[in-house]
Amino acid sequence: MKAIAEKQITNIGNSVLHKLNGLGDFTNFTFRTIFWTFKPPYRFKLLFDQIYFMGNKSVFIIFLTSSFTGAVFAFQIYLGFKAINADSFIGPIVTIALAKELAPVLSGLVVAGRCGAAMAAQIGSMKVTEQIDALEVMGINGYQYLAVPRILGAMISMPLLSALFLLVGYTGSWLIGVKVLMIDEILYTQKISDFMNLGMIAEGLIKATVFGYLIGIIGTYHGFKVTGGAEGVGKGTNMAVVWGMITVLVVDFFLTSFLAKIL
Amino acid sequence: MSEYSVVFENVSKSFGETKVLHDLSFGIHEGKITTVLGFSGAGKTTLMKHILGLALPSSGEVKVLGKVINKLGEMDLREFRRNFGMVFQYAALFDFLTSFENVAFPIREFTKMSEEDIREKVLSLLDSVGISREAAFRLPSELSGGMRKRVGLARGLALDPHIMLYDEPTSGLDPITTHMVYDLMKETHLSNQSRGFTSIIISHDIHATLKYSDYIVFMEKGKVVEHSDVATFKKSENPVIRRFLEL
Repeated sequence: MKAIAEKQITNIGNSVLHKLNGLGDFTNFTFRTIFWTFKPPYRFKLLFDQIYFMGNKSVFIIFLTSSFTGAVFAFQIYLGFKAINADSFIGPIVTIALAKELAPVLSGLVVAGRCGAAMAAQIGSMKVTEQIDALEVMGINGYQYLAVPRILGAMISMPLLSALFLLVGYTGSWLIGVKVLMIDEILYTQKISDFMNLGMIAEGLIKATVFGYLIGIIGTYHGFKVTGGAEGVGKGTNMAVVWGMITVLVVDFFLTSFLAKIL
Repeated sequence: MSEYSVVFENVSKSFGETKVLHDLSFGIHEGKITTVLGFSGAGKTTLMKHILGLALPSSGEVKVLGKVINKLGEMDLREFRRNFGMVFQYAALFDFLTSFENVAFPIREFTKMSEEDIREKVLSLLDSVGISREAAFRLPSELSGGMRKRVGLARGLALDPHIMLYDEPTSGLDPITTHMVYDLMKETHLSNQSRGFTSIIISHDIHATLKYSDYIVFMEKGKVVEHSDVATFKKSENPVIRRFLEL
């Protein structure tokens, strides 16, 4: 009995130590990337390449996701609000929800899936084929060369994608509200300007920037952590997507509470 | 010209409770080809990482070109690593760059050469290792294993290093390509020898080692059991070396 209890306690202790070790590793990685962000040389070409990959190459999927999100959301709100004769509120409700929550969060999930996975896979495969060692031997810091442009690229791309999500999502909801459900166009837009303010848009953009940072740091961290061969790369990619998405959702809650107080 | 490019002084290295290098003290001759030989797990790669400053000793000192490398700060160490060229086991070419771009990469990073001069230098380096103009603009995935190694050698030479390291340079190659790569390494060494160019090869290919090396460091279980010139090595009475020689 005593032996079983001791074994259980040892297992729990080992598990806690393993988690703390991982957390320490991640914290160390975070500080190192921050340090190397401010150290010259500044690699603007690599940064622009990443903005192009994460931003421009994500436009189509963001366009598709946002247009249907706006349209479906408008339709669902209409079904509920029609019963209480409040269907003219579709515009502000959809637009506020898009600006504050849906645009940054759904863009974050799309980018975590598409770009977080790509970051981990690219860096991970470079790690297992010794390409990162080759950089180090040349005297080039792997964090500075590989992680920093990706993290900054995600931080710059995410608010742009989120703004696009808002714009296209609004257009989708407008098409459904005004052209399909025949809500008065002037009333629709008037209500939006009555209820919306710039703080709401700022909230969404701040969230998107933070999510961009988190997706970047998680994606690159899991790339650098890859060990072994193809299986390791697959595992790292999977971890980057899963943790990227979970982190976006969890941090969104705390960020919403925080921004509600200051904006 | 000093006698040694690299000096290990009482170097030990442990990972946790596992000791991988045991009190190593020896020097690698400047201007010569030295092969670090041994079975898998003997500590050869860890030794190489210590030379490059990619791993730090638990105790002792590693002196490279007169500098104690394990006492250099991170930035100084990065600067210092430009004295090294390295050919990795599987070449480790950047897979998103062509052969030309791979060789140009360190030159662009660390020199202020004009694009015209870079082009001239890169094509000349690729030519010296037998890579054609047509292959120069192919991606690594479009090259054979031997060609990748040659491009890796050209990249390693791009900044005119003082010490060239080869990590299992012929693993995965057929016997003919293996000898072609060794011939190329020897040619590269001889053409740079006048400036004290040192070649360090990590290998377990005994036959090529005996043919191409000047000195051999034989490692077993983290210890140097023999460090001598090739002629002396062949006469070694050490049973492990005898076993290795009879392979």
